[in-house]
Amino acid sequence: MLGYVIRRVLFAIPIALGVSVVCFSLVYLAPGDPLQTVLPPDATAETIAIVKHAYGFDRPIPVQYAIWLWHVLHGDFGRSIASQRAVTLEVFGALGNTAMLALFAAPLSFMVGYGMGALAGCFPGQATDRIVTGAAVIGVSLPNYWLGLVLVIIFAVEYMVLPASGMGQSGSAAFTLWHWSDAQFLVLPVITLAMIPIGIIARTTRAAVAEVRSQDFVTTLRAMGLGEGAVIRHVLKNASPQVLAVMGLQFGYLMGGSILVETVFTWPGSGFLLFKAIINRDIPVLQGTILALSLIFVATNLVVDLLQAVLDPRIRRA
Amino acid sequence: MNERAVVAQGAIPADSEVDGAPAIRVRGYWQSVLHRLRYDWVTLAFGVVVLAIVIVAIAAPLIAPFDPYQQSIVGRLKPFGWRGHPWGTDELGRDMMSRLIYGGRISLVMGLAPVLIATVVGGTLGVIGGFAGCLANTAIMRTMDVFYAFPSILLAVAISGAMGGGMINGIISLSLVFTPAMCRVAETATAQVKNLDYIEAARASGAGTLTIIRYHVLGNVLGPVFIYASSLVSVSILLASGLSFLGLGVQPPEPDWGLMLSTLRQSLYVDPLGCALPGIAIFITSICFNLVSDGVRGAMDVRG
Repeated sequence: MLGYVIRRVLFAIPIALGVSVVCFSLVYLAPGDPLQTVLPPDATAETIAIVKHAYGFDRPIPVQYAIWLWHVLHGDFGRSIASQRAVTLEVFGALGNTAMLALFAAPLSFMVGYGMGALAGCFPGQATDRIVTGAAVIGVSLPNYWLGLVLVIIFAVEYMVLPASGMGQSGSAAFTLWHWSDAQFLVLPVITLAMIPIGIIARTTRAAVAEVRSQDFVTTLRAMGLGEGAVIRHVLKNASPQVLAVMGLQFGYLMGGSILVETVFTWPGSGFLLFKAIINRDIPVLQGTILALSLIFVATNLVVDLLQAVLDPRIRRA
Repeated sequence: MNERAVVAQGAIPADSEVDGAPAIRVRGYWQSVLHRLRYDWVTLAFGVVVLAIVIVAIAAPLIAPFDPYQQSIVGRLKPFGWRGHPWGTDELGRDMMSRLIYGGRISLVMGLAPVLIATVVGGTLGVIGGFAGCLANTAIMRTMDVFYAFPSILLAVAISGAMGGGMINGIISLSLVFTPAMCRVAETATAQVKNLDYIEAARASGAGTLTIIRYHVLGNVLGPVFIYASSLVSVSILLASGLSFLGLGVQPPEPDWGLMLSTLRQSLYVDPLGCALPGIAIFITSICFNLVSDGVRGAMDVRG
């Protein structure tokens, strides 16, 4: 087991480094000079040279990368061009809000998606299966930001029972979960965010359960006289590694892919921060947010792989 | 991997009687896929809808009742049926129905082009990586792993956000998002057949690498690649409209469903129904592609 953990962690390090290279090179993807946004259009050649030196743009690119990585490893992502605040502070403040959404959306989607999928997998071909499969396809085909708008139209505009956007008057600093006046702002974004994972988890669970159910050992269990409930318990247990892998991936998506939903609800999380960075062409914030979110995604995948190895001894030995 | 074998069987005497045995109709692989699809009315029905969307998009200038760019200051955000506008007008007084019809063109291009590019690029890299093995494989697959380590929407937003908006940049970033997964599918399929006996036999009988890939590997790779690509079309439509919604894809005044959603969102409280229409268009297109892809996958009976 320890060998597997070490191997898997060592495998994640080059990936993380590669991710940092991609994030670093985003600056060079941007059209024009990276300093364009900082310098006034009539800057003299001398000023340009000074600013270039101050930002380190006069050095070779690999050296720039090494310096940048050194700073990043020390928790310094540079300064936001728009707000002049340290990017680290902005990103970590926003990450907390995104994590709050994800921590509510994940259990919701895991339970609903798993329940639906397991139900459909146990009765393949029957009406339950068809309804669940249909609902799951709708879940993965809906543009979730549009669903957010529709929910706003229904619950905020028509019936006025839930707030349309934001985090409440107190903002993210004084947000208290156990007060309904604040917590009500979570309801619509969480439901919207959970929609796609519910669809994907339900589909995967259904496929996994149906596949395990058709294996020989299930027939053996039945022949041994086990009741249907006990058989299903065995089936669900054997389908769990596959389901767990997808759940982990979906948790990563909830953390890293919430930009559309957060923009619709102007939820002050990392996705909304990213959206603002794009509007302002604030490359340091863009870089920092994307690096932080993708590293979280890499870490989530690592944890899921290790969890799977704990559950399934076959993976450890492979 | 037994595709070829099935096709070969089908080529042997299909209708003639051998040794007096009764003739058995043996179908080729693609024939049997078509046969299965013919009785799958769900897939057929949604396939017809996809076809209808494509035809409407192509024939947009003939069908659209108004010019999708024609603005009107008096006729802003009007309800259904106002002065002959069947679905009302948008926030600049442009005809909603015409814009939705023209929007289908852009959405289909944004849905299909990245998948096509990713299939060609990723598929080629995957076959090369799978067939060459060793160093080339490591170089290609580890690079792909890095791009695989980003959530798809995040990578698309990152690249589009850095390069700036626009349809071409959107297509480039989405192609880059889909290439690694496509490459993995192709690589896995190639690596599976690479060491089989019949490839070795082909090599022993003097076939060059290109000939082997062309005649013995591609046939086994195209199936899984095609199935995977078809499942990506709806994802691509959703992601592309999401990029446009964020202002990173198609730029105004082009009629694009995602972009229409983002501009109509400002008038959410005035005209909630008009705001919902582009979303319905995106949803219908993406669910149709999803269901057709599911049906084709089922008919081709490849798991994964």
